[in-house]
Amino acid sequence: MDRYLRCAAFGLLLTVLIAIGLLSGRFVIYLTMKIMILAIFALGYNLLLGRTGLLSFGHAAFYAAGAYGLGLFSQNIHPHPLLGIIIGVVFAAAMALAIGFFCVRHTEIYFAMLTLAFGMMIFSLIWNLRSITGGDDGLVGIVRAPLSLGLLSIPIVKANQYYFLVLFFFVLSTWLLYLIRQSPFGLVLAGIRENDRRIEFAGISLRNYRLAAFVISGIFAGLAGALGTLLESNTAPFSAHWTHSAEPVLVSLIGGIHTFTGPMVGSLIFIVLREIIERFTHNWMLWFGMILLVIIMGFRGGVVGTISNLWGRRLSDRLKSGGNA
Amino acid sequence: MLQSIIHVSLAGLSAGMFIWLIASGLTLIFGVLGVLNFAHGSFYMLGAYFCYTLLGVMGDNFWLGLLLGPLCVCAVGFVVERYFLRYVYHLALPYQLLLTFAFVLLFDDVVKIVWGAGSISSPAIPGLSGSVSILGRNFPIYNLFIIGVGPLIAVGMWAILAKTWWGRIIRATSSDREMAATLGVRVPALYTAVFVFGTWLGAMGGGLAVPFIGLLTPGMGEAVIIDAFIVAVIGGMGSLKGAFLGALIIGLLSSFGTRFIPMFDMFLTFILMAAILLWRPQGLFGETK
Repeated sequence: MDRYLRCAAFGLLLTVLIAIGLLSGRFVIYLTMKIMILAIFALGYNLLLGRTGLLSFGHAAFYAAGAYGLGLFSQNIHPHPLLGIIIGVVFAAAMALAIGFFCVRHTEIYFAMLTLAFGMMIFSLIWNLRSITGGDDGLVGIVRAPLSLGLLSIPIVKANQYYFLVLFFFVLSTWLLYLIRQSPFGLVLAGIRENDRRIEFAGISLRNYRLAAFVISGIFAGLAGALGTLLESNTAPFSAHWTHSAEPVLVSLIGGIHTFTGPMVGSLIFIVLREIIERFTHNWMLWFGMILLVIIMGFRGGVVGTISNLWGRRLSDRLKSGGNA
Repeated sequence: MLQSIIHVSLAGLSAGMFIWLIASGLTLIFGVLGVLNFAHGSFYMLGAYFCYTLLGVMGDNFWLGLLLGPLCVCAVGFVVERYFLRYVYHLALPYQLLLTFAFVLLFDDVVKIVWGAGSISSPAIPGLSGSVSILGRNFPIYNLFIIGVGPLIAVGMWAILAKTWWGRIIRATSSDREMAATLGVRVPALYTAVFVFGTWLGAMGGGLAVPFIGLLTPGMGEAVIIDAFIVAVIGGMGSLKGAFLGALIIGLLSSFGTRFIPMFDMFLTFILMAAILLWRPQGLFGETK
């Protein structure tokens, strides 16, 4: 039953997303792409935060790795978007492996501070190595060349064409992350979050599992970075800054860190709310800060967590009353 | 060459002492409450803005502004601890960090609403503006003043913590919260007091920063809080002695870095932070738990 419900919900989501791509205006399409890209970033990130219980403040570095990997490849070697995305993701994965190797030696606050240090190192490199990265200007004028697959060549220059590439990667990422989360590997990660001592006694290498989760989340951050760069057609050095690392944390928290769909819902709320608030006032951070306070003080399960709790309670109430009658 | 080294050292010392002014409150709060407070940068920013405003109202009396400004920020700190932070001590790390981060967002925009989004340049302080010639080169008097104030605050905090009854209670609660509570210490009240005192230190740093950095901008807390984090990490989280030394190291390192390898000055401080975290996660003076 639950499984069918989940499939139906996903089918509905997909239908809506395809309908938006076919029917909507430019602005809605642009906004939906931003939501999907942020969702990829946050879904991957939440494998580390919600599933493994590690708070990283350096994942913006991997986002930037994907962005600059794609940007440099596209400007200097070949503008093929798919190759560029692959290069960006591989670059992000290599960086996540190298940085993660050191970071997973610690947990809790020391892990957070280490990831912050490494992330800001990458930021300072991007900021200062002007000749390679363009410094504070970033890389500008990255073109969306047609997607040529042998004989077939699909143009993605227009927003409603590129939309379907983003949608493809969004669906692919969601599916892959769902599989990873439900796999034995994903369950071990949840075990590490709940009781790492016990997992270690079961003969499992904590470091390797934490590192694997770190690299996987880094890969999806890189993918989001590459897609975001193609969307905006430039890269920004501040995409590597720690304040950008806070974004997936916030989004996961809004949606609910202990749920799979939480980061997705959080991304939707984050971007749409920002758009609405900015229509009326310039002070969107003020409102966002207050919403964050409300969530942390009162609804720690996030939006999805709170709703599914209510849902579950009503269901169990109905079952109970049914049993009594 | 020697002249240049002395000047770079002096600049490093003043930068280090300036970071120490902010890191001291952060370290104290982390040492006693166990919370890494992102909002400390906001208190620093609020301190700067309050002092600036009072400076205008009081008619150029910098010292009176420095006395009253941070006290106003203390009221803000009281509200943050008493009505929000107190309820998340038992929660996991992300919730604590994000609660304080929410205040960063909030205060940034409040400052934008009240004081405007542009940057404000600060007036000169009578008696401390201008510069003095050291070995044939000019050095701002105010920076020398900061180099003097830093150790003064360090000695003051040491005296409070080591020599007074209050300090004993704080140290006792920091090392064993439950035991202190059973002996009759009102731990929640003490936490509030320590947090407010830490806020005062941060706001004081902001007030003193007004003439030092010369420009007030709504995001000024974010740049400083990371420096303060680095210092707290290097020194050992919760160790004031370590934070003082860490601030000196970072100040000198970034000053020499900017002078001799400007490409990598920021990089150097972060690589030092990562190296120390890997080599001695408890920091230079932290205790192993």
